[in-house]
This record gives sequence, C-alpha cells and structure tokens, in this order.
Amino acid sequence: MSTALDRQSQQPPQSPRPTDEKPGPRRSARSLTDLVFRVRELSIGGALALLIFGTWLANPGFLDDQGVKDLLLNSAILVLLATGQSVVVLTRNIDLSVGSVVGLTAFACGSFVSGTQHSAATVLLLGTGLGVLCGVLSGLLVSFGRVPALVVTLGMLYVIQGTGHVWAHGRQINAANVPEGVLRLGSGSVLGVPYLPLISALVLAATAYYLRTYRSGRELYAIGSNPEAARLAGIPIRRRVLGAYAFSGAVAGFAGALWLARFGTVVADAANGWELTVVSAVVVGGVAITGGVGTVWGAALGALLLTTIGSALVVLKVNPFWEQAITGALLLAAISTDRVVRSRTTEALRKRSRQ
Amino acid sequence: MTQPEPAAAPAPVLALEEVTKSFGNVRALRGVSLRLHAGQAHALAGENGAGKSTLIKILAGVHGPDSGTVLLDGRPVSFAGPAGARDAGIAVIYQEPTLFADLSIAENIFMGRQPRRALGRIDHAAVREATAALMRRLGVDLDPDRPARGLSIADQQIVEIAKALSFDARVLIMDEPTAALTGTETARLFAVVDALRAEGAAVLFISHRLGEIFELCGSVTTLRDGALVATEDLDGLTEDDLVRRMVGRDLEELYPKQDTASGEPALTVRRLTREGVFHDVSFEVRRGEIVALAGLVGAGRSEVVQAVFGVDSADAGEVEVGGEKLRPGSPTAAMRAGVALVPEDRRQRGLVMEMSIERNIALTGLDRLGSAGVVRRTLERSRAADWAVRLQLKYGRLSDSVGVLSGGNQQKVVLAKWLATEPGVLIVDEPTRGIDVGTKAEVHRLLTALAADGIAVLMVSSDLPEVLGMADRVLVMHEGRLVASLPRAEATEESVMAAATGRSSEEAA
Ligand SMILES: Nc1ncnc2c1ncn2[C@@H]1O[C@H](COP(=O)(O)OP(=O)(O)OP(=O)(O)O)[C@@H](O)[C@H]1O
Ligand SMILES: [Mg+2]
Repeated sequence: MSTALDRQSQQPPQSPRPTDEKPGPRRSARSLTDLVFRVRELSIGGALALLIFGTWLANPGFLDDQGVKDLLLNSAILVLLATGQSVVVLTRNIDLSVGSVVGLTAFACGSFVSGTQHSAATVLLLGTGLGVLCGVLSGLLVSFGRVPALVVTLGMLYVIQGTGHVWAHGRQINAANVPEGVLRLGSGSVLGVPYLPLISALVLAATAYYLRTYRSGRELYAIGSNPEAARLAGIPIRRRVLGAYAFSGAVAGFAGALWLARFGTVVADAANGWELTVVSAVVVGGVAITGGVGTVWGAALGALLLTTIGSALVVLKVNPFWEQAITGALLLAAISTDRVVRSRTTEALRKRSRQ
Repeated sequence: MTQPEPAAAPAPVLALEEVTKSFGNVRALRGVSLRLHAGQAHALAGENGAGKSTLIKILAGVHGPDSGTVLLDGRPVSFAGPAGARDAGIAVIYQEPTLFADLSIAENIFMGRQPRRALGRIDHAAVREATAALMRRLGVDLDPDRPARGLSIADQQIVEIAKALSFDARVLIMDEPTAALTGTETARLFAVVDALRAEGAAVLFISHRLGEIFELCGSVTTLRDGALVATEDLDGLTEDDLVRRMVGRDLEELYPKQDTASGEPALTVRRLTREGVFHDVSFEVRRGEIVALAGLVGAGRSEVVQAVFGVDSADAGEVEVGGEKLRPGSPTAAMRAGVALVPEDRRQRGLVMEMSIERNIALTGLDRLGSAGVVRRTLERSRAADWAVRLQLKYGRLSDSVGVLSGGNQQKVVLAKWLATEPGVLIVDEPTRGIDVGTKAEVHRLLTALAADGIAVLMVSSDLPEVLGMADRVLVMHEGRLVASLPRAEATEESVMAAATGRSSEEAA
C-alpha cells in the first residue's frame, strides 16, 4: 500500500552528504540576508552623511563645535526613546504612550527636586521608577488583559496626559529651582562630548548586546516573528511582552529625567506628539512594524536621521512644515522598500534552498 | 523492524488514562488511554479528524484534558504549557511546521534552549555547531545561518525534526513527520529514531503511510471519531487489518486508475529554466492524461510547477496552454487560461486560515458565483456543502474557520477550492499529503474521473506507489533536470528511483 517513495535502506543512511560539496549557495544564502540588513543600515547612514554634508556646504556653521554638540544633544533623547520603542515593536506590539510618559516624568521630577538639593542620581532613579510603573501598567493590559496594544497605549497616552494637565494646572518648573547638580547632567561634557549622547549610546549598546546575546532577548524576536510558534516553543510570551513594556517605560521615564536636566524649564505636556516621531524613527531604521525583524542600531540611525533633518531645515531656513512632510515621505518609503525587499529575499531564499 | 518483547511490563514513561477533550461541540477525544514504554516505538493510526493531533497536543502540554489524567513515570502530572512538557523530556514534532521565518535555522532549533557561556550569554558558535551536527546526522545540507523564510515544506519539516532531536528526549512524539519527505529522508529519519529508541527513548509515531508504521513501530493504537478502537502488537497484523480498524469497513481499491485515450496536448512546457533551480525542462501533458512528476526532495519539482503556473517567474522558456502562449509570471493569466494549481504548502499559499470553510472554497471562483459583484451566499454554501460531501470532509459547521480543521481536512478544503474552478489543466502538488487512506482513494478516484473527462492532470508526488498507481507517464527530475520520461508500462519502483537518484543518467552518459 502507500509506502514512502523508495526503500533506500541499502544505502547506508548514516553517511552524511559531503557538506562542502557546494560552497556557492551555502555562503550566498547567508551573505544575502546579511547584505539586506546591512544595505538598510548603510543606506540610512549614507543618507545621513549626504544630508549633513549638503547642509554643511550651504551653511558651514552647521558643523562647527556648537553645531555638532547641538545635533548630538537634540538626538540623544530621541535615540533613547527609539531604543525602548524598538524592543516593544520587535514583539509585534507598539507603545504610543512614551511621549506622555516623558512629559509626566519630567514634570514630576521637576516638582520633586524644585528648591531641594537632590542629586542627579536620585532624579534619574525617580524618573525611571515612574516610567516603569507606566510601562508595567500598559504591559499588563496588553499581555495579561489581551487588549490590543494600539488601544491600550493610546488610552494610556490620554490618561497620562490628562493626569499631567490636572496636576500641573498650567504651572511650569523653572530652571532656577532645579538643583545645580541635575542641570549639570544636562549641560556638562567629558572631552567635549556632552553627557546626554554618551548616556544614550551606552543604553543603546547595552540593549543591542542584550538582544543579541541573551535568551530572553532572542525570544523577543521569536515572539514577533511567529507568536504561535513561540507558544509551542514554550516561550513565556506574556512575561516577555510585559518585560518589553516595562523596559520601554523605564527608558521613557529615564528620558523624562534627562529632559528636565537638559532644559530645566519644563511643562507637563513637554513631549506631546513625540510618540509618533519615535515610531517613525524605529520604522525608518528598519525595525518591522510587524515584529521580529530589525536592530536597535538601525532604530538609532533612524532617530539620528530624523533629528538631523529637523536641524538641517532650521539651518537652511526652510519652513518647518516640511519636516513633517519629509518624515512622512521617509516613513512611506521605508515601509514600501521593506515590503519589496522582503518579497525579493524570500524569492531568492527559495531559489537557494537545497539543491 | 521488529522489536524486543516488552520485558515484564515496566511502568510506562508517559501514559494517558481515559482522556476526554472537546472543542465546542466537537468531541475530539472520548475516553482514550495510551501507554508509551521506554525503548519502544508505538504508532497512532486513524482517519483525518480522528483526534490524533489532539491527543499529541495533550501529551505536549498544549491542551489540558477535559477529564482523565496524564501520567509521567506513573504519577499524574499537569504540564504548565509546552515548556513544562519539554522540561519533562518530551520532544514533539507538530503536524504543521511552526517556524520563526525571520530567524536563522539554528535559532529556530535552539530557541529558548541555546547553549550558554558564563553570565548566561548565548554561545552563538556552539548553537551553529550543534545545528550543523544535527544536519549531518539527518544527512541534509541546510545552512544553519540561513533564515527559515523561503524553506520548502520538506525542509521546514526537517528543521522541526532537528528541533525535536536537539535535546535528549525521553519521549519523542512525531505527528506525520514524513508527510512531505521522500524515501531517502524518511530512511535517514528512521535510522536516527531507531538509534534513539535503542538508547531507551519512547517513541510515538503518526503517519498515513501505513508501510512506515510497520517499518518503524512495534505496536499501534487506532482511533476512530475520537474513540479508542484497539491497542495491539503490529506483529501478525496486515495493512488491511489496520485500515479496517481505522475506517470500520473494508477499503475499495486505492488506485482506481482508468485507462483513457489521451487527446491533443493541453499543456506544453518548453525549455523552462530558472537559474540555480531547474534547467531546460520540457514536457507536455495531453488531455485525459495523468502525468506524475517524481524525484527526491529538492529536485525542483514544486519549483517547476510553480513556474508553470506563474507564481514564480522563470528565467527562460515558455508555457503553452491549449496552443496559446501563457503570459509568464502571472497566475491570473494562468487561471484565466483554465490552469489550476493545488499548492504544496496549504498554510502559506493554499488557505486563508481565519476564513470560513465555505469562503475558502469559494475564493477561487468568486466571479462565477457572483451576480453583479455580490457573492451569493446561498450558492457559496451549497457548493461548499457539495464538495464537503464528495471529499468526506469532517467539520462542525461550514462557517467554522479553516484553522480549526484537522490537517488532512484542511488539505481536502484546498483540493475542493481548486477543483471547484473546473480547470482544463489541473496541477496538483502533493495532493494527498496528510490525507488518510480512505480519502486518498477518493482523491485518486476524483483525479481519474477528471482525466476521463478530458482534463490534463500534472501531479507532483513524493508517494511512489501513488505515482506508479496513478500516472500514465512518469517524469523524473534529478537536481533540477528532467532525466527520464517513463510510460506507465516501464515505470517501476526501480526505474523511477534509479532516475531520481541520478544513477540511470550516469549510465546513459
Ligand atoms: N482548536 C480546535 N478548535 C476546534 N476544533 C478543533 C480544534 N482542534 C481540533 N479540532 C477538531 O477536533 C477533531 C480532531 O482533530 P485532530 O487534529 O486531532 O485530527 P487528526 O486525527 O490529527 O487528523 P489528521 O489526520 O487530519 O491530522 C477535528 O474534527 C477537528 O476539527
Ligand atoms: Mg493531525
């Protein structure tokens, strides 16, 4: 009756096929996908370099000491938030509440330290703690409550914004009341490099390392790539998603504290609307909005690119309206190229199956 | 392969006692008991929808039983999800490959269990090395670093197998692991499984290829409609006995081939080439003819039919349907010309899992059912019901989503969907993958009837008896080339296998 195709038992089943028989397709399947990711990061890097170079030609002041410093400072917080957001997006979720969390924690930290002599460390700790609280709340609703992430975090956005409004009641924190130590964190530098971008780079590198080298980091990719398979592989999906939100919240809270240190003068809705910029940066940087693909390095490059566009437009005295239009166009371009590239690589990979 | 007699009945490693499981009003399992002993391979047989996969998912901790108990080493357990079962040493190969498309093969295999260095850091080199070792053990040439995206069904299944072999399992459970494999891969798998069994692992094996059950296992449990029919030794049992237990009656002929006079060419393929995949493939299929495309996994059979249908583009060559040249790379043009392709990969290409059964069947023929753009639901439903009966589909309601059907029943929906378009040229890729013997005979009868009606049928199959039993002509592919075209009279197991493994072509050269 129906037996398998052949009975090849006479052929010793154990003898492995020589693996170095066809070095061609083996190598290329790997380098192909490597290349795709590198192309993405290289092209953003190239665009960034081109933009900086062009703006510098038009206005050499763009790249003097102060110009570079401004660029770094401006992008530091966005890079930080993009790092946190990437971790959530990798799991096929989204966190739209980050902007409001930054605003609230900046204001809360400001109120807490106003007229006191608290240290910078205390402020950072407070901000991070507050952020974790917000993140965990969203995370619980998404993972254990099984409410769609978009709805939960949009709700959180309004709740946090509203809380901020009621609490602040139009007040603002004045730089004059913020302790010297805290402000120094925002304005100081080592060897000419301001603290803020250094801190962002540190968080970025640590996150990238974690995502690559720890089981739980890889599991975030797995969850975003195929939730059903992740469940069968025994990955604690809900705990991981909760963790991702807690991290995103922590980073947002941390960024809020840095915001206070940087500007001194803050209002509760300081970072309203940032969530969309952050998500744009992440997507432009090659993190798939459907999860499972991308790196925080790419997201950081995306954040750098968006910030630089903003700064360049100011230097070039272009109507700031264009910034939004350009961001939008970039976003659409990024998503469509992702689509095309993905189907092309699938094609190519299918070709390069075993032969 | 026969097995040593069970020595003085040691306690089973893993057992089910009187387990019941329902989904809504579908009673998937009713009071089923099963015992798995160390060092023994046990088979699970039953028709599509009999409850085999459900039973496995209970053993794997995916579902909890409604009543009854799972016993591990004689003690009742309730696994906290798949991770719990895994930690207890139970490795499972699920019926449908579930891979992380974006991650590498190595990561897919070791996800959550990667070897680690100090401070809990993943040892990437060790992961890659272990994967390469597994691939060597299975005798396949898959690059551990390539992403799972784009793997053929057979290769996906191999990754699933490697996953299950990657840890020292005390119990190895396999749900139709060979459905997409040809004999060579199957033989390798069996050799590996036999070695594990000899080392003391308990094995549970499901397959609709009954020959494999006799080859690998010592005893069998048969299910029918969720109830236990019998648990017995395979010694002294014949395949027909097994079929009778599964189906509850004797089976008519499995390969009801009618001789038909073939007409003019319906499908002509000339010098079709796709760089690095297949070269210079030319053949024709006449009206009323069933032509089988045979070969080992990876020979390029599915790739050829996909290029013919236009899902993939070819680099060179042309396809003619009924004398008209087909626009390359356009499935829409192919469908309009009356070509239908029943794809190999039902999850990715064949079905919309979230959609209802009737919708899925109606998908391909929307314009025929519609009036002024509105799909007439009653027509849709009656057509779906019609096909459900013809293919003996086992389902709750036609409005249920396809995703909850058993694997074999999903395959039937794919078939129904394409047969409903009443094609002139029917291309079927592994039409009976995962389908039970009873329905297999039904599908064969259907194909023969279609051919007798003057339809040209091109069939890709890894099931050699099916190829030999059904085809008027057998085309054999080896490493991307068409190496033989054997008329029915000359096609034997030996001649086809010789061509598929490249032996005859070497002789000829
Ligand atoms: N999650 C689910 N929801 C609803 N019904 C289900 C679900 N899983 C299985 N079923 C139903 O339970 C019955 C048994 O299915 P099961 O998958 O165990 O069959 P099987 O024996 O593995 O068949 P096959 O040989 O086709 O794979 C089927 O009628 C199926 O439709
Ligand atoms: Mg099944």
